[in-house]
Amino acid sequence: MKNNTNKSPTKSGKLLKLFFSTLYISAFTFGGGFVIIGLMKKKFADELHWIDEEEMMDITAIAQSSPGAIAVNAAILVGRKTAGIPGIAIAVTGTIIPPLIILSVVSFFYSAFAGNRYVALFLKGMQAGVAAMILDVVCSLGLKVTAERDLLNIFLMILSFAAAYFLKINVVLIILGAAVFGIVRYLVKEKKNGLS
Amino acid sequence: MVYLELFLCFLQVGCFSVGGGYAAIPLIRNQAVEIYGWLTAEEFSDLVTIAEMTPGPIAVNAATFVGIRLGGPVGALIATLGCILPSLIIVSILAFLYEKYRKLNAVKSVLGSLRPATVALIASAGLSILLIVLFPSDGGFALIGEKFNIIGAILSAAAFFFMRKYKSNPILIMSCCGVVYLAAGLMFE
Repeated sequence: MKNNTNKSPTKSGKLLKLFFSTLYISAFTFGGGFVIIGLMKKKFADELHWIDEEEMMDITAIAQSSPGAIAVNAAILVGRKTAGIPGIAIAVTGTIIPPLIILSVVSFFYSAFAGNRYVALFLKGMQAGVAAMILDVVCSLGLKVTAERDLLNIFLMILSFAAAYFLKINVVLIILGAAVFGIVRYLVKEKKNGLS
Repeated sequence: MVYLELFLCFLQVGCFSVGGGYAAIPLIRNQAVEIYGWLTAEEFSDLVTIAEMTPGPIAVNAATFVGIRLGGPVGALIATLGCILPSLIIVSILAFLYEKYRKLNAVKSVLGSLRPATVALIASAGLSILLIVLFPSDGGFALIGEKFNIIGAILSAAAFFFMRKYKSNPILIMSCCGVVYLAAGLMFE
């Protein structure tokens, strides 16, 4: 292993990094699927540069609209992107080990845990950080969308937000709607190109 | 054979819960409480509370919780495998298709429209969590009015500032928020 430097990690070095990154992220993912998406974006896009922001948005859309836990789905996509099929195995293993161990332990004294005031206070505070983290990710990604100066996309973003937040429409339907919008847009563009 | 039942039960949860935790809860309830009777309704509500207090997806948490009670560590592992197997198959295929076709114009157009929608969905989730922090049902540290949780608000603003401006490690920041809130809770008791 002479070549194992920081700048160009070997394949096994990359897998090891992937394993510990997913393990670490999963151990701190309190709350729903978007929390892990935010943490993955910060780790794999901003810090390690293994995935770009656009791909991270695509991963979010695919993970959200596929069956199963969003965290597991996102781990599969990130693993496949960074290290192929071994990457899938490694990323999924890293993601499920923390809940597997923690829940196994907690299941033996769950009433004491669920009623503990200190745990509740700590988690409440952590939620403040979680909200800030997600909003920070939204700022980065939102600015990226608006920077393209594509009015239709900005309109679509506002419309999707209203549909999700105010109208409480199922997220899978919103993603499907956006996909249909993309198809229609493509067809209109093709027709224009065909005429000219 | 309890292992097989555990596997099949959570395989169904993994197959049919589209859209994450809130879609999975009624499915798990239907399987584990109503069909198999592994948990009472009260145990199930404890499970939901614990799943929210511990890291990890609710479906994996539920699989572990039910699995370990029925079949020990092996049961937990088998239930969890059942739960993630559909994802492994379906999402791996989608990942392959994504890599293969993402450069096609039609696919590019669809992905280009999915991105703004995705940002909006993340924003909606973030805003919901923020409102729970600012206006918790128990009032939290309500110094202004009856409901506004001032310490939660300060922590969120500070955390946002550090992440945005200094790109601070989000997990470190989140943990600090937890410690500060705990300390504040003990002080004002």
